[in-house]
Amino acid sequence: MRHISTFFYTLRQGIANLFRNKWYSLASIATISSCLLMFGVFYSVVANFQYIVKMAQEGVSVTVFFDEGLSDQRIQEIGDIISARAEVARINFVSADEAWESFKEDYLGEYADGFGDDNPIADSANYEVYLNDVSRQDDLVHYLEGVDGVREVNHSEITANTLSGMNKLVSYVSLAIIGILLAVSMFLISNTVTIGISVRKEEINIMKYIGATDFFVRAPFVIEGILIGILGCAPPLIAIYFIYNRVIDYLSERFMMLSQLLKFLTIEQIFSILIPVSLAIGIGIGFIGSFSTVRKHIRV
Amino acid sequence: MITLDHVSKTYSTGAPALNDISLHIDPGEFVFIVGDSGSGKSTLIKLLLRELLPSSGQITVNGIDVGKLKHRQIPKYRRTLGVVFQDFRLLRDRNVYDNVAFAQRIIQTPGREIKKNVPSMLSTVGLAGKYKAKPKELSGGEQQRVALARALVNKPPILLADEPTGNLDPNNSWEIMKLFEEINATGTTVVVVTHNREIVNAMKKRVIAMNKGVIISDEEEGTYIDEAY
Repeated sequence: MRHISTFFYTLRQGIANLFRNKWYSLASIATISSCLLMFGVFYSVVANFQYIVKMAQEGVSVTVFFDEGLSDQRIQEIGDIISARAEVARINFVSADEAWESFKEDYLGEYADGFGDDNPIADSANYEVYLNDVSRQDDLVHYLEGVDGVREVNHSEITANTLSGMNKLVSYVSLAIIGILLAVSMFLISNTVTIGISVRKEEINIMKYIGATDFFVRAPFVIEGILIGILGCAPPLIAIYFIYNRVIDYLSERFMMLSQLLKFLTIEQIFSILIPVSLAIGIGIGFIGSFSTVRKHIRV
Repeated sequence: MITLDHVSKTYSTGAPALNDISLHIDPGEFVFIVGDSGSGKSTLIKLLLRELLPSSGQITVNGIDVGKLKHRQIPKYRRTLGVVFQDFRLLRDRNVYDNVAFAQRIIQTPGREIKKNVPSMLSTVGLAGKYKAKPKELSGGEQQRVALARALVNKPPILLADEPTGNLDPNNSWEIMKLFEEINATGTTVVVVTHNREIVNAMKKRVIAMNKGVIISDEEEGTYIDEAY
């Protein structure tokens, strides 16, 4: 009963602290919001970039042609061998007739009528192989070239290398920017915490002289810090929610010609990661900030 | 109740604050500790509060060896002491009621008892009608009464007062001292650090005089004697 009463008292004090030091609270919320807004914008850009690259990668395929007159059973076996590879996402069998129809449609148009029912590329049945990681294309191509019954393996090395390189570049740039953002955040937060220390010092001293335990002194401050963290999450998330769709609409309209290439994540997909991560960062910063502020003065 | 046995305190700067002090205060006593600035009386209070540790010697309060207390044991020890400071040290953003109730909440007193005890204590110090006021809305004397109510609401066996009248006019100083006497009459040990000659001389209590970190006199019904310094 006493613990429940202390818990609610602590909770009330944590909430009351927000209003007692409203300018400090506002400054702290603004600091956390600024950091999370930077993080949110950056995350939205990077996540979309990675999504676009991933979509492009999924469109990259390796084409496997067979020896002349290879039996259907062997073709099926080769399909099973390819599917079993870890780097293969899916394969698609294209028969000689389908290949000819596609060729006619893409390159010959009405001139194809001259060929009648003949199929001049009768040995062009193939597997289109799609990878889940284009950086492993070379390995796969080498392997496929050695498979019995495979005549030729077609692939675009430049496309695969470009996409693989872009993926790496995005990862490195992401890491660097996250590092810079963290450093900026810590600087801003430590400044805000320093302001908080001068406000708290006397109060913490008084509590300790009266005989308050470390927990009793610290708990309301920590609750206050966590609340500041949660409140600091809201403005950037709301801002990103309203701005994101407008930016996506603008980009889709502006670059309509590239609509096949530029596919963006929905706000729901962005928020499925951004909300929990922002909350974790906000609460984490609030907790660590308040905990460390109190710690400096608690050993009285 | 309070025993100092050959206690010395030297600060990290090398400055000696107390030099081989020994004294004993019995339960229920009213003691003035007097001396000029730098005499070591504030250091003595800080040692009793376990804000500082002695460089040597032993301090025993209510049977507890204060120097051997672990950090986590300090809060419980401090609850056996009521403390009043010259600058009141009230929580400025809380009203009178909450300042006094805070001491009760620390010891996890049930809410219904707090609602009974706090008004009763405020009534004892003559502030029953001002429980909603914030410290800045009160006079110095009233703020010191709030501090006194806070110090006493948990009924500690010892009351320590560090220059309690230092920021008060003579009338308020006397009012506070009368309250100390009333509290002492109920059995609480009262230790008052002061350099208010008029009060010390008029009250005829035990007076321990300090100078440059040593006790230079200790008299029952003593007075603040200038010659001592």
